[in-house]
Amino acid sequence: MLSKKVKSRILFLFLFLLLATVVIFFILKSLEENIVYFFSPSEIYDKPNISFNEKIRIGGLVKEDSIIKDQTSIKFIITDLKKEIIVSYSGLVPNLFSEGKGVIAEGELKDKKYFVADEILAKHDENYMPSEVSKALEKSNN
Amino acid sequence: MFKNFFPNKILSLNNNLISSLLTAMILVILVGLIYALFISPPDYIQGDSVRIMYVHVPASFIALGCFGFIGIASILNLIFKIKFMSLMAKSLAPVGCIFSLVSIVTGSLWGKPTWGIWWVWDARLTSMVILLLFYLAYIFTWKFVNNFEKANKISSVIGTIGLFNLPVIKYSVDWWNTLHQPSSITLTSAPTIHYTMLIPLIIMLLGMIIYSLIIFLMRYKTEVMKFKLDRKKNNK
Repeated sequence: MLSKKVKSRILFLFLFLLLATVVIFFILKSLEENIVYFFSPSEIYDKPNISFNEKIRIGGLVKEDSIIKDQTSIKFIITDLKKEIIVSYSGLVPNLFSEGKGVIAEGELKDKKYFVADEILAKHDENYMPSEVSKALEKSNN
Repeated sequence: MFKNFFPNKILSLNNNLISSLLTAMILVILVGLIYALFISPPDYIQGDSVRIMYVHVPASFIALGCFGFIGIASILNLIFKIKFMSLMAKSLAPVGCIFSLVSIVTGSLWGKPTWGIWWVWDARLTSMVILLLFYLAYIFTWKFVNNFEKANKISSVIGTIGLFNLPVIKYSVDWWNTLHQPSSITLTSAPTIHYTMLIPLIIMLLGMIIYSLIIFLMRYKTEVMKFKLDRKKNNK
């Protein structure tokens, strides 16, 4: 059988782990605003105390057929399929930046619908496949 | 099986087992690398940089798995004072530490061509750095605290606290918006990696697990020897 000492250690450690779990949960919960790497357009829309002209990141999908390019700048729409934000950016976009794919823009909100980015990152999703498979999938979808 | 890890048994571990494991590892990694670098196709968006994944994902798995073991061993050691548990954890720490570093470095190499940036402080990447720091704290405690009992206690506390970081790493991509993509391989649904890419991934994981096992066995044997020698010295 377990000795008294061992029992008290189990009880102590159990209480410690329980307490630590609760504490960590609340710390992470209260830091949520800082931990999230970007906000989706819906989150921006719902945010009550939004800060304009301050560095912030937004992310979502690049809307199909929304990219307008000229020589130095690019404009496109970030969507989460509910809300949309127009992004304008001058500079090079990453290779993987394309319509229908994930994107994160760092910059400043001018208003809830308009965003001026000074950095664009491509976000990769969890799907990995050879290009033949992706083409076959596209075909069967159309 | 588990009995073989008891301190007296591990000392009779002969080099035959190690060398046959070594042969197995070289074979598996060779097959895995050939599959990963030549047979498996490039990804439809990432192209050839998908091949970094065949090292990155196994390294991350092992880094997390090793710390999971260290954490549980730490708890068992704190409760039941089983010394060989902490010796096992101590022997496992360098492997996990190196693999968490490998995971971070390969991830960074992949991030530049894919995301367009080497490093960001999103939840997944940050929690992975915290894991590396826990490993370092754990290893340095053993290294620089000379008294065994003291080092044993401090490192076990570090191992126990570090255990909390593991679910944070695992679920960081689900709990918060991150730049890092969510898991492709989950227990609940079919993997979102095509099987031509899943096969080399699993082979590489197997090879790297065998590698970790070899390093662990060798270290553990040494640790048990050292521990017994120290005790003999102190008894004199």
